[in-house]
Amino acid sequence: MSRRLLDYGPTAALLECEDLSEVLGLLPLLRVQAPINEVVPGARTVLLRLGEALTQADRQRLLTMAPVAIDDIEPTPIRIDVDYSGEDLAEVADEIGATPDEVVRRHTGQIWTVGFCGFAPGFAYLQGEHSRLRVRRRPSPRTRVPAGSVGLADIWSGIYPREGPGGWRLIGRTEAVLWDLNRASPALLQPGGRVHFIAIAS
Amino acid sequence: MILVEETGPLALIEDLGRSGFAHLGVSPSGAADRSACALANRLVGNAEGAAVVEVTLGGLVITTSKLHWLAVTGAPTQLWIDNQPTSSHTVLSVRLGERLRIEPPEEGVRNYLAVRGGLFAPKTLGSRSTDVLSGLGPSLLRPGDTIDVGHPTGVLPGIDIAPPRRPSKQLEVLPGPRRDWFTDEAWDRLVSARWTTSIDADRVAVRLEGPRLARRVADELPSEGLIRGAIQIPPAGQPLIFLADHPVTGGYPVVGVLTDRSADHAAQLRPGDGVSFHG
Repeated sequence: MSRRLLDYGPTAALLECEDLSEVLGLLPLLRVQAPINEVVPGARTVLLRLGEALTQADRQRLLTMAPVAIDDIEPTPIRIDVDYSGEDLAEVADEIGATPDEVVRRHTGQIWTVGFCGFAPGFAYLQGEHSRLRVRRRPSPRTRVPAGSVGLADIWSGIYPREGPGGWRLIGRTEAVLWDLNRASPALLQPGGRVHFIAIAS
Repeated sequence: MILVEETGPLALIEDLGRSGFAHLGVSPSGAADRSACALANRLVGNAEGAAVVEVTLGGLVITTSKLHWLAVTGAPTQLWIDNQPTSSHTVLSVRLGERLRIEPPEEGVRNYLAVRGGLFAPKTLGSRSTDVLSGLGPSLLRPGDTIDVGHPTGVLPGIDIAPPRRPSKQLEVLPGPRRDWFTDEAWDRLVSARWTTSIDADRVAVRLEGPRLARRVADELPSEGLIRGAIQIPPAGQPLIFLADHPVTGGYPVVGVLTDRSADHAAQLRPGDGVSFHG
């Protein structure tokens, strides 16, 4: 499937890409492209907030521009220490037919890429190099998930930046601060960033 | 300084929101009815994006620490200064010891109180807006709160009255990014049906009740960016119009999107209101 530009009213457009790598590879280019004021990545799309309507030439450029290689954007992964004693670890292991140790090995044994954010400030959807950790969400969400909980849902991994409700399967916990308004960039994880999870003792 | 005596059901500090952080999961937020916020500010000679109080279903009562120039816009409503009935959509002076009360509007939901000089509150990510979804920005106003007022910069425009706009219940819709996930009959139904505003209406979204809109594509939609005025159709088939505090991404298809003006009108829909869309 090729790239498409979808209507989104007079002040926005949605650029549908081949996959997440293309989304992330286009982001740095789209950010500096007039008349685009703001770009918001999704799993397969980039929302473009526009200062003015796109011309035919703009549209042509958006549909043909070559993405940059994502390894060039954020080459060094952020290291996140995780205590893998999450409440759902055994259940996750059962679902994918592995031992809890194997779940941890699969989670720590690959580099994760931040695809996009959503759900809460600083909540990043992380995509792995392989999908051998694919699990369903909980049938009903928990009303209270502690901040720093590391979870899985579908192909994604994510870390809850603060306490709140949530339906992801919890496999561990980290002390890393995902969201801090007193930092130059409040979000630790930003689209295009890389993450390497490290298992630490409970 | 403004002293809050009563807040009514919900009173919040809002400006025109924070842009540029949606990729980190932060919605734009800001006044739900943006043109009403801008008008209130223009009436008192403020920049359009100065912070105001967004009043939900009336009930705000304030006093001031000295003479302040104020304006109230948004849904048509009745104001009182002490026992004196007075009008919205005009410039008012409220002196020390006088008490301004905003009645619940006859129709619509939200009023905007601007004070000459602009309301002061700490900025979070460039904005003074309270975002009820993410919890960013100032806390909900409570009785006993005081709000500082900034220094006037612009001149008073010398306008007597800016006639209130009756909230329109006919909303202008344009095709959204996933229009093609729905049948043509579904689109015709969207623009021909009479919808009812559900009880589930807040600054995040307004849910509508009416016929079910059938999908042509049954796939699961990978999460994608949302904007104010986007009309999303969850699996049950009933539309959801996103307002200022919308989530930044969502996993259900957006069939259509409102114009900015109609998104302002959507922010004035009250549970039970009939609504229709036109293309």
